[in-house]
Amino acid sequence: MVITGPFSAGKTQFISSVSEIDVVTTERKIASDAERVKEETTVAMDFGRITVDDDLVLYLFGTPGQRRFDFMWEILSEGMLGFIVLVDSVRPETFREAKHILEVFRGYATTPYVVAANKQDMPDAWTPEDLRIALKISKDVKVLSCIARDKESVKNVILELLYSILENMQAEEG
Amino acid sequence: MALKGNLRDFSTTQLLNLINLARKTGKLAVDGSEKNAFLYFREGRLIHASTNSDDGHLTTMLFRTGRLSKEQADAVHSRSGSSSDKVMGKYLMETKLVSRDDIVQGVKDYMLEIVYDLFTWGEGEFHFEQDSLPGNDRITVPLNLDNVILEGSRRIQEFDRLQDELPDLGRISLKITDKPLRDVKLTQDDWRVISHIHPRNTVKQIAQNNNMDEFQIRKIVYGMLQAGLVELVQPEGVQQRKPKAPVTRAGRRAANQSPAEKRSVVTKLIDRIKRI
Repeated sequence: MVITGPFSAGKTQFISSVSEIDVVTTERKIASDAERVKEETTVAMDFGRITVDDDLVLYLFGTPGQRRFDFMWEILSEGMLGFIVLVDSVRPETFREAKHILEVFRGYATTPYVVAANKQDMPDAWTPEDLRIALKISKDVKVLSCIARDKESVKNVILELLYSILENMQAEEG
Repeated sequence: MALKGNLRDFSTTQLLNLINLARKTGKLAVDGSEKNAFLYFREGRLIHASTNSDDGHLTTMLFRTGRLSKEQADAVHSRSGSSSDKVMGKYLMETKLVSRDDIVQGVKDYMLEIVYDLFTWGEGEFHFEQDSLPGNDRITVPLNLDNVILEGSRRIQEFDRLQDELPDLGRISLKITDKPLRDVKLTQDDWRVISHIHPRNTVKQIAQNNNMDEFQIRKIVYGMLQAGLVELVQPEGVQQRKPKAPVTRAGRRAANQSPAEKRSVVTKLIDRIKRI
């Protein structure tokens, strides 16, 4: 499963909240002043794991948010079960980038996806309904409320994606 | 919940489109570099507008839109004092200075002047206050935002913004939505574009067929897109990206699984996630 979204949307935190291992991360200090909304950023990928049994493991891959690392996106998208686009609901300046990332990933694969409107606990957060219109997301795609620090909220987003994947499989089988 | 941001990141067109589609009621305040604008909406329709550069009273609106002279406006204003716009409107009609239609049209024109000006603002912090409405003393006239968005988009002068929204005109085509066209005011150029919409025609071809330059076609398509009249589709005949054969062991294994096996995997994952 791939967790993508713009820079500082909360992808590393999202994976950390449910991964059974400490997230294997490739964070580096941020050099550019323009991007200094946080101290460190992911440069290659984040990696989390949820074991089901001896034969089945769910891997969560977080993509780097900055565009200069977008060569990693296609590599990470290969063979994915589905993807989650995480959006920072309090930073409208990142919405255009979120839309771009969404389009790029849709181009890589036809797997189901959901959009998670992160930071819904913050007072200036745009609602999922407003984000749906802002990002021009069709009605058949779920736009979910999310707080990446909250395990239950993250579980809900992953579950909703899995339900969509299941529905998609059933629809394909006719 | 808030609807806050800067027009630099989320344009007036996008903002009005959101308010229109979400049928919002409330006040949109925009802090521009030269002035502040305040727009009021009821269920997605614009009902009132004012700025901090004048008092926004009825006499000012009628003066600004050429329905009262400066002397008439000042005289009525000083005579009526702190009367509400509704009382002032009644007085103006009784004294036959203006008709009811003049008042309605004057308020409309004043609102449109403010909102169209907003389309040219490249920056400005905005904030939407849910359910905040103008005072009862104000005269409100409901305006459909579809037409406002269409006309406002024609006034956009920033090429970069249009390019962001419509990146490659040679790779996109248009589809007319089921939104009725009868209530929107389309220009001759809009109709020329609509008449060339076909699944095989890219936007670039539509522009060429109509002898329109890139900026012109982008403005028209952007406006119609934001007003929900058209949507972007992939042109017929353009090859879809073929899914790559999986190269990882897990990917190959998943590709060889039967539908029932795949379903079972997802069901197991659901059960596991629930137990975290």
